[in-house]
Amino acid sequence: MGMTMTQKILADHAGLESVKAGQLIKAKLDMVLGNDVTTPVAIKEFKAAGFDKVFDKDKVSIVLDHFTPNKDIKSAEHCKMCREFAGVKDVTNFYDVGEMGVEHALLPEKGLVAPGEVIIGADSHTCTYGAVGAFSTGVGSTDMAAGMATGEAWFKVPSALKFNLTGKPAKWISGKDVILHIIGMIGVDGALYKSMEFGGDGLKYLSIDDRLTMANMAIEAGGKNGIFEVDDVTKAYLDERVDREYKIYTADSDAEYDAVYDIDLSALKPTVAFPHLPENTKTIDEVGEVKLDQCVIGSCTNGRLEDLEKAAEIFKGKHVAKNIRAIIIPATQKIYREAMKEGLFDIFMDAGCVISTPTCGPCLGGHMGILAKGERAISTSNRNFVGRMGHPESEVYLASPVVAAASAIKGYICGPDEI
Amino acid sequence: MNAKGKVHKYLDNVDTDVIIPARYLNSSVPSELAAHCMEDIDKDFVNNVKHGDIMVARNNFGCGSSREHAPIAIKASGIGCVIAATFARIFYRNAINIGLPIMECPEAAENINAGDEVEVDFDTGIIKDITNGKEFKAEPFPEFIKEIINKNGLMNSLK
Repeated sequence: MGMTMTQKILADHAGLESVKAGQLIKAKLDMVLGNDVTTPVAIKEFKAAGFDKVFDKDKVSIVLDHFTPNKDIKSAEHCKMCREFAGVKDVTNFYDVGEMGVEHALLPEKGLVAPGEVIIGADSHTCTYGAVGAFSTGVGSTDMAAGMATGEAWFKVPSALKFNLTGKPAKWISGKDVILHIIGMIGVDGALYKSMEFGGDGLKYLSIDDRLTMANMAIEAGGKNGIFEVDDVTKAYLDERVDREYKIYTADSDAEYDAVYDIDLSALKPTVAFPHLPENTKTIDEVGEVKLDQCVIGSCTNGRLEDLEKAAEIFKGKHVAKNIRAIIIPATQKIYREAMKEGLFDIFMDAGCVISTPTCGPCLGGHMGILAKGERAISTSNRNFVGRMGHPESEVYLASPVVAAASAIKGYICGPDEI
Repeated sequence: MNAKGKVHKYLDNVDTDVIIPARYLNSSVPSELAAHCMEDIDKDFVNNVKHGDIMVARNNFGCGSSREHAPIAIKASGIGCVIAATFARIFYRNAINIGLPIMECPEAAENINAGDEVEVDFDTGIIKDITNGKEFKAEPFPEFIKEIINKNGLMNSLK
């Protein structure tokens, strides 16, 4: 029996000819990632177990992005702990305020992840890097500590769901609509313990930014990882960023999948996930009247340049509705600068939006846009759980940047066609 | 090893944001995290929980964020074991890695009610509901994972 793309990458990193779904393996790691919330717990574990050095100073990334610039004294203490650890251990890829970005936008941008690599991160959205054909998955702080110490992690080899993408998406349809559609279809545990493998003729219509959005939300379907076939779009993206050699894996023709789904991209409509689960999806024609208080465009899901460009297309010459707070968060310093150079900031400011420094901030209810009791936000982020963006009785609606922008202008959830 | 206590029961898709909201993640001190455990869906939990109590939930327990603060908060609140029909995979790893006992058992998740007195035996996987007299058997752990559990967590197993 053949192997899936994920299984082939894991087999190679475990030094095995082949692996089967369900098999427990130890795999070598190409990158171990943590942020300012998860790394402090990992540092404590690392030290308590008596480890002295990280396994490879070039293969550890620590990004201070969640509660930065620090929102309070406790967060500042955590960042200080990370900063000191990175300094003492000589961690090459340490990103502090001024250089940082939202981790899952930053690592691909810096060329720190490449096809065929195995990456773990103490952040559930580490699955994002499957967009460039890597095996990449979220873990906890103790796994991060063990990974930093040994350069290895244990995995249960996942079985897989195959998503065969066909057709050309309509103008305003983006990766966010595709992945929300899929999560709505299979549910928040539809891919539990499994890999989600994306391919097909429709892939060529999805940009790297679209794919990063989709792989990012594999975890919202319970997936262990989401992974894309590597094509010319991927290679063009990597040519500008990755110098080292990498290996491109393809699934065997007789690879086994638990299920194969055909997704016709041309049939998709703008899609919104209602509170309080990403699976509660409705297409834009089904949403009814949902009045809003806040709009957030940013996060590791949709804070990339293409996301900001599309939002600006909608905001251009328009203004947000009265009493709507619209917060734009470019995900990295580079994206921030490029958006500024392209004149997007003028468009956003003329529309009455504010522009934040890169941060995870409001996505997880940290800072920079917390909701009061009874308030509603439309957000381009990835989770709409109870209390995710603030008060337990507030509500978060997940959507693409164009839907979020259009909704901010109208003051209620609507599609870009209404603008 | 055994655990015996009163059941705190929850439904499907209990996410780590409600187990420990991100607004408290500026701390990594177990007792501080435990003080806010479950508060967004069960305000009374922290007042009612007693050492050795058992948490029971349905499918996909611990979904969402990878924050290890979630199993840390549950463990520090005094919970002796979490039983669920299924666990989200990162929570599953984290619980094993930090030594919070968990058991996967759909029948137990379905038939045990809030407030029941339950006893679990980690070695045999037997779950006894003393209140309704029913008995269940959890999925056994693979040997490799048993070894991590027996060594009291991942970091100890590497030593």
